[in-house]
Amino acid sequence: MIEQIDLTMVNWARATFALTAMYHWIFVPLTLGLSFICAFFESIYVKTGDEQWKKLTRFWMTLFGINFAIGVATGIILEFEFGTNWSNYSWMVGDIFGAPLAIEGIAAFFLEATFFAVMFFGWNRVSKKTHLFATWMVAVGSNLSAVWILIANGWMQHPVGMTFNPDLARFEMTDFWALVSSPVAISHFVHVTSSAFLYASLFVVAISSWYLLKKRHLLFAKRSLTVACTFGLLSSLFVAYTGDEHAFHAAVVQPMKLAAMEALYDGEAPTGLVAMGLLNFSKKPGDDQDPFIFKVKIPMALSLLANREIYSFVPGINDLVFGNIEQNIMGVEEKMVRGKLAVAGLGDYKAAQNVGDQLAASKALTLFEKNSDYLGYGYLDSAEQAVPYVPLIFYSFRVMVSLGTFFILLFLVYLYLLRKDQLEKQPLLLKLGAISFFLGLVAQEAGWIVTEVGRQPWAIQDLLPVTIARSNLDSGTVAVTFFMFLILFTALLIAELKIMTKQISIGPEGD
Amino acid sequence: MFGSLDLSTLQQLWWFIVTLVGSLFVFLTFVQGGQTLLSTLSLTEDEKILVVNSLGRKWELTFTTLVLFGGALFAAFPLFYATSFGGAYWVWILILFTFIIQAVSYEYRRKPDNFLGKGVYDAFLFINGSVGILLIGAAIGTFFTGSNFTLNDYNFVQWTHPLRGLEAAFSFFNLSLGLFLVFLARTLGALYLANNLEHESLVVKLKNSSFNNLLCALPFLLYVLITLVLMDGYAVNPVDGTVVTEANKYLHNLLQMPLNLILLLVGLVLVVLGVVLNRFTASVRGIWPAGLGTVLTCLAIFFLAGYNNTAFYPSKADLNSSLTIFNASSSHYTLTVMTYVALLVPVVLGYIIWVWKQMDSKKLTLEELNADKKSY
Repeated sequence: MIEQIDLTMVNWARATFALTAMYHWIFVPLTLGLSFICAFFESIYVKTGDEQWKKLTRFWMTLFGINFAIGVATGIILEFEFGTNWSNYSWMVGDIFGAPLAIEGIAAFFLEATFFAVMFFGWNRVSKKTHLFATWMVAVGSNLSAVWILIANGWMQHPVGMTFNPDLARFEMTDFWALVSSPVAISHFVHVTSSAFLYASLFVVAISSWYLLKKRHLLFAKRSLTVACTFGLLSSLFVAYTGDEHAFHAAVVQPMKLAAMEALYDGEAPTGLVAMGLLNFSKKPGDDQDPFIFKVKIPMALSLLANREIYSFVPGINDLVFGNIEQNIMGVEEKMVRGKLAVAGLGDYKAAQNVGDQLAASKALTLFEKNSDYLGYGYLDSAEQAVPYVPLIFYSFRVMVSLGTFFILLFLVYLYLLRKDQLEKQPLLLKLGAISFFLGLVAQEAGWIVTEVGRQPWAIQDLLPVTIARSNLDSGTVAVTFFMFLILFTALLIAELKIMTKQISIGPEGD
Repeated sequence: MFGSLDLSTLQQLWWFIVTLVGSLFVFLTFVQGGQTLLSTLSLTEDEKILVVNSLGRKWELTFTTLVLFGGALFAAFPLFYATSFGGAYWVWILILFTFIIQAVSYEYRRKPDNFLGKGVYDAFLFINGSVGILLIGAAIGTFFTGSNFTLNDYNFVQWTHPLRGLEAAFSFFNLSLGLFLVFLARTLGALYLANNLEHESLVVKLKNSSFNNLLCALPFLLYVLITLVLMDGYAVNPVDGTVVTEANKYLHNLLQMPLNLILLLVGLVLVVLGVVLNRFTASVRGIWPAGLGTVLTCLAIFFLAGYNNTAFYPSKADLNSSLTIFNASSSHYTLTVMTYVALLVPVVLGYIIWVWKQMDSKKLTLEELNADKKSY
């Protein structure tokens, strides 16, 4: 199945995907959240008839539009990158993975694209109510697209509703509803979208705080803040709740990811949670070094979070790699043995089919089917390959969680001071608010690092490692594309930031 | 309901749905055509603003249709998606590149402090409309001329040409199809704009331009059609799925599928009719017959490639690696699910038409654009 593994190419392909996804994710959560915020503003305008609210709506819509364009530009690359850089993946799981992508196009993108034109250019061409409807449709459309792509991503983290077809050497869908209703996919979706609402609220907070600091557009800024902080507070509470759910699911279906998030090497019952810690970077699975140079641990907390039981066992990296008979955990080494039987069975089946030897074919198929749950492990060279890079995941997770907690406090304090009409007198707080958007961006990207780096080496959890999922390209080709995208996306980002900054400095009165 | 259809019916149905999306995309490339008119039609600054803003209200529809075309191919014919995108790498990467630079250009070109300057964004629009469409045409051309790949036992693709897809642009047939699409897009762009704008001298220019561009498109179309009926094609044996070259395969397809021949002829006549109507009468509604004609013509060409036991993505390197709608498709279950989803397509078309009517009932004028600070 694998003639030559070119690890360098895989890493360039991963880097290209990470680059595209990380750029895409600067803009997309803003689209998801700001579309709703604009819809709230416009609804207030239509209800009150107050022209100031219209001006406010149009200002935020302008920023929305500047951001939207570049989100679209990076998004098309993500869709086609599955084909260009991950063509074996596209064939092996296209029967399942293609469906949500196509549904995203039919059910969501057209809503967005069609009503976007009305939202921007329809102010004098359609009635007030039709315009408001269009704005809501853009919000619904963009969030529906998030539903489908996150169902697809959730399926990669926890593949369900499918079977392997050995004749075609691919996975095939057997239960669409299992895909759509997968608890992993749903918790993934709600966590990601609510965090996008939080992020967009921080965007409004940052710009409005800056206006208050500069003593410009005071009424405008306070009105914007009231709506954004309310939306932001509700979203951030929901983010915390869904984040806990999300980690709980990871504990069940991706225990290695959870162990990496916690830098937990040796599982215990009960297991504590490291609230803060300094990692020992030279720690390797199986050695006897302490993974931490320093740590602050909350006893029993991880058992509670991961299993909802205080005294329960949470497996560590060593348990998962080398196995733990007491806890009935099969190690990666054992899984690799079985995986290699599956790979060999599939190969023998193909060979027997080619020469028309039905008896040998059915024997090989039985061997394959007995071991097919471990198929992906058959392609690993060493058990350590099944462990993602711990420090990056450990720290990213902590950055995300601490910022998430900080945002809840920030929204609370802002709302309190807005109510007391004291906010303008807090320049230090306003400065913090003004940079909060960038902290939000850091939290967003950190979250994706935990999700995606944390599941390495799998393109499809346990079934398909990235080394097999890739296209048959040489590393130079993919490296060239990487730099093409890097240069172009960076140039467009600079353009976006400059245009955005200019529009913010012109302000809502520029209309 | 759809679950009871047999696999080959679903495969044929999905070839229709996917190619319908592709054909609608070609119609909607009036946006790309219009983008190239911007710099080649000697327009005044006011006229340019009108053209850009009119196109700027439609570009996303074209873009989204392209995305859906990709998504639908992925869902319905994943082996094509894997083989072509992963194999003919450079041609697709370059096409995508021209669409990235398009996506930001409308929004950014006239905004203050836009880093690259208006000229660069206008150049982006031109590149998208010319190079982008030309390469799409060349890629579609390989449906007939074939590509250089083999598939192994696991259906993993190996591309056997070092140019990784760009070699498609070095075939005169593929290039002609590409150039035909570029000039067709320009023709449609001029027709669309003539109908959408209120500006006397500009409309006259556009009416002439649609006619001139059709004249430029015709030789390439004739070359494509004549070559098509004369060339060898890739026939599939319906019993065992093996692929052989067959002399005049596409001519046989036309004769064996007379409805397809009618579709092609009606389509072409409608395109010509639309342009002639615009050029020689006072009417500006030529975009509608020409648009419909474009969709019918493209459908006919796609049907020639995929129906009547034909390999739609043939391999010159290894005939039996060629893709057909039967060996490249998704499973029966997935195609059934997707067929239910496709019931949404009429709903989507419905609201697109409704919004289009709402937004375009009044023609776009310079006064309106000058009054709106948010115009492109």
